[in-house]
Amino acid sequence: MSPPEAIPNHGARRRFLQQGLALAGAAATAAKATPIGAALPTHQRRPGNADLPYGQPAPFEAAVVRTESRDAGFSGWRTPLQHQRGTITPNGLHFAVHHNGIPDIDPTRHCLMLHGLVEQPLRLDWERLQRYPMVSRVHFLECAGNSAANALSPFAMDLPLGHLAGEVSCAEWTGIPLSILIDEAGPKSSAQWVIAEGADAGSHARSLPLKALRQHGLLALFQNGERLRSSQGYPMRLFIPGWEGNVNVKWLHRLEFSDTPAHTKDESGLYTQVLADGRIQRFALTMEVKSLITRPSGQQTLPDPQGHFEIEGLAWSGRGRIARAEISLDGGQRWADAQLHGPVLDRAFTRFTLPWQWRGQRALLMSRATDEHGHIQPARSTWKARYAAHSFNHYNAIQAWAVGRDGRVQNTYA
Amino acid sequence: MPEVLHMPSPYSLSTSLRRPAAQAHALAFAICMQGTGYALEQPTPSAHHPTTLTAPASRAGLGEPLSTQELAAFDITIFPNGRGLPPGQGSVAQGRALYATHCAACHGESGTEGPAARLVGSDGFIGWNDLLRPLRIAKHPLLVQSVGARWPYATTLFDYIRRAMPYQAPKSLESDEVYALSAYLLYRNDLLDEGASLDATTLPKVVMPGARKTVMEEQ
Repeated sequence: MSPPEAIPNHGARRRFLQQGLALAGAAATAAKATPIGAALPTHQRRPGNADLPYGQPAPFEAAVVRTESRDAGFSGWRTPLQHQRGTITPNGLHFAVHHNGIPDIDPTRHCLMLHGLVEQPLRLDWERLQRYPMVSRVHFLECAGNSAANALSPFAMDLPLGHLAGEVSCAEWTGIPLSILIDEAGPKSSAQWVIAEGADAGSHARSLPLKALRQHGLLALFQNGERLRSSQGYPMRLFIPGWEGNVNVKWLHRLEFSDTPAHTKDESGLYTQVLADGRIQRFALTMEVKSLITRPSGQQTLPDPQGHFEIEGLAWSGRGRIARAEISLDGGQRWADAQLHGPVLDRAFTRFTLPWQWRGQRALLMSRATDEHGHIQPARSTWKARYAAHSFNHYNAIQAWAVGRDGRVQNTYA
Repeated sequence: MPEVLHMPSPYSLSTSLRRPAAQAHALAFAICMQGTGYALEQPTPSAHHPTTLTAPASRAGLGEPLSTQELAAFDITIFPNGRGLPPGQGSVAQGRALYATHCAACHGESGTEGPAARLVGSDGFIGWNDLLRPLRIAKHPLLVQSVGARWPYATTLFDYIRRAMPYQAPKSLESDEVYALSAYLLYRNDLLDEGASLDATTLPKVVMPGARKTVMEEQ
C-alpha cells in the first residue's frame, strides 16, 4: 500500500518566493555591487543539465508511476489516474495486464497470418505491413476487471484511485483498418468468427465476431506516435475501440476465420460475467459508460488554504461520445453539470471539471456520466443487483469519495 | 554536397491530385477505407466533413500466400466439436501424477487453493466442500470461478493446457499428457469416472455444467 498522497501545496511555494523577494530587496539596498545571483535559487546560478536521447519525466515526479497488482494471480500494471490531467495517457504509464509475461519479439521474424475460412490464406510480414494505409484514432482501453475491488469487496477499500480503477488508459493508436486485411484474404460466407491469437508464451487467444472486427478493428502498430511498447504488444496488436482490454490481443500473429467461437480459456471463465440468477453471460465485450473524479480522489488531502478547488475527472463510454458529466457534492441528492473539455471524441477519455469552494465541510463527491446514446452510469446497488456476488467484470457504477473535515478523501460506497 | 530530397511540397501534391490518374489513386485509397468505420476526408480544400464513399473496397494486395506447411506449427486451436484435436489418449490415473509434478505448485494440491486460477469445485466465494474458502481466497479475491462450474466445453482444457501450461514451460507436454491432465481435472470436478481415459472422440462428449448456464451476448 502506498503512503497517503498530498495534493501539491502551493502555499509553501508562495512563501518561498516571498522570502526570495524580500532577500533580493535587502541585497539591492545594502550593496549595489553584490552579484545578483546571491539571492537567487541554485538552478539560476549554474549551467543546466544535458538532455537525454529518450526524455524522462522531471526527477520530482518520480512518484508518478504505475503500481503492480497480483491480487488476481497474474500481473496487472495500473495507471496512476490521480496524477493524469489530460486525456492522453503517456506510454510509460499506460495500464497493462499480463497473463504469461512479455515476449521478446524480433519484428523482422514476426508475421501476421490470416487463415481458416478464407479464399486465400495470407502471411503479412513486418515490412509489407508498413506499406498499408493507416489511420490514427484516440481511444480509451479498459480491462474488463477494472474496479474489481469496488465490485467485490463488501467494504470500500481505502486506496488511491490508481489502485482502485487504474486499469484504464487512453492513447492515440495508429494502424491498419482490419477490414483491408480481412478483405484481402476474402472470408468465405460461412465465416462468422475470428480467433485472434498472440505470439506470447501462453498464445493468448480470443474469439471475436467477424462483422464487428471488420467494422471497428485496427491492427495497431503505433501508440502516441511511437512504436508499441513491448508491454503493449510490440510489434503489433489488435485494437477494437470500446471493447474489454482482454480481446485487444497483444503480439498478434494469427487470425483464424471460423464458423464458431473456439471458447478459449479466457472467454470460458475469467472474462465472463455471472448474473444474479446464476446464468453466465459470455461475449459481452463492450465497456459501458463510466466516469471517475480523479482530483480529489482516494487518499489525497485537500490543500491549504481552504477555498477554491477545481474538481476534475475523466469520463468515457465504449458505445460512443460522452454527452454529459454531472457531479454531486452530497452523495447524489443534487447534481450539477460539469464542464466537458474538448475534444469530445468517440470512445475516448473526456475531461470534465467543476469549480468548488471547500471550507472544511464534509462532502460526498460523485460523478455520473451519460453518453450520446443516453446510457448512464448506474448506482453501485443497481449494478450489484444485476450480477452474482462474486462477479466483477464490466463494473461501471458511480464512484463515491468521502471528504472529511480534515480534507482527507476516501473511497466509499453510497 | 547537400542531399537532394524528392519530397513533394503540399502545394505540388494538391496540384498533382488534380490530374486524372492521381485522382483515381486517391479515390482508390478512399474506397478501400469505405465500410470500415474509418471514413476519410476527401482530399479537396472544400471538404470539411468526413465523407464515407459507397464503392466496394479495393485491396492493397501485398499479402503473400500462406502455405499449409508454414501454418502447421501455429495451427493449434481446438474447437468445441473436437476439431483440431490430435491423436493420442490419457487416463485419469496418468493425469493425477502429472498434476502433482506440473500443476500443484501453482494451482494447489486439490486445484482449489491457488494462487493460480481455480480448477476444481463450485462457482463463487463458497465451495460446499471447502467451507474455509472465503478465508483462502482473501489474498486472491478473483479466484472464484472453477473450470468445472464455469467453462462450457471440455475441449478448452486440452487447448489451453497444450498452448500455455505448465507456466514455466508452455507447449512442452506431449498430446498423451495433455489428454491425461484434461481427464484428471474433469474427474476432480466429478465430470468423469476415476477409471476413464480421454481421446479426440471422447473429450468433446463430456458435458460441462457451464454450457447450460450460458447466455450468449449479441454483438
